[in-house]
Amino acid sequence: MFRAEVFVTLKPVVNDPAGLTIRGGLHTLGFDTVTEVRAGKYLMVTLDEADEGHARARVEEMARQLLANAVIEDYRIELQPIGDPVAAGERPV
Amino acid sequence: MKTGIVVFPGTWSDRDCAHAVSEVLGQPARYVDHREDSLDDLELVILPGGFSYGDYLRCGAIARFAPVMEAVTDFANRGGLVLGICNGFQILQEARLLPGALLRNASCEFRCEWVYLRVEQSDSAFTVDCRPGQLLRMPISHGEGNFFADRETLEAIERNRQVVFRYCAPDGRMTEEANPNGSLRNIAGIANARGNVVGMMPHPERACETLLGGVDGLAVFRSAIHALSRVAV
Repeated sequence: MFRAEVFVTLKPVVNDPAGLTIRGGLHTLGFDTVTEVRAGKYLMVTLDEADEGHARARVEEMARQLLANAVIEDYRIELQPIGDPVAAGERPV
Repeated sequence: MKTGIVVFPGTWSDRDCAHAVSEVLGQPARYVDHREDSLDDLELVILPGGFSYGDYLRCGAIARFAPVMEAVTDFANRGGLVLGICNGFQILQEARLLPGALLRNASCEFRCEWVYLRVEQSDSAFTVDCRPGQLLRMPISHGEGNFFADRETLEAIERNRQVVFRYCAPDGRMTEEANPNGSLRNIAGIANARGNVVGMMPHPERACETLLGGVDGLAVFRSAIHALSRVAV
């Protein structure tokens, strides 16, 4: 099993009105050292895959086809193996 | 003009479109379910406004993979007329049938108001009845209609005269104040290179009767009728 974290962000050339609005809110709260906020999306995808390379290729394909729109967005993928917590030697909480 | 109006889960302007086409213009229209895979009986396909699949992930991103979209792509590639209105425009871009993308409005507000549009060209199937420079008044109703394309794409669509409508002031000037959402170059609607596929953020179907505040939207649908009759001749 693998858990992929996919971070989808607007390309640097794309305006981000939401980020600008959040920055304004932070300034209102007194966080006046904030120079930029960019808003994005976080997606967590759990896959039943045995091989890490294959799992990564699948998530890449998902990002290309659906999770990100290449016209306006970039993406970054972080992949972690996850296993049965007991089998991995951890105590279930 | 045998018209199909595609209904996805979350589409909200399908009945307005059907009313405009069948009741106001007297043309045959039917609803097309998002699971259908054949559009062979149709001459015009409308992707109406709404919030298909809850606008989850991105507007139009999930709808673009609905079974009917394969048929819409084939239909468009064969030269069939396709009009994407509001969410329908977003879906056509996600499906890569039209270039660019629609971002969140620059104001971060949902804008629901009447706007003026300047017709930029009368070559597309949905503007053959108009003259370049003509002004049309119709409503917008969206939170994500901020047209974006990278520089290269933008130059290409300008060069190919694919910009169909721009937001303008009541006197036809293209001003920043007249731009309701921050769209690059006030772009409100574009066509594909062939001119048979058009996407637009404003709602022509809501401007087809005096009772509703204006009839300028009729020009878009009447253009399609005339574009089809030209083909038939």
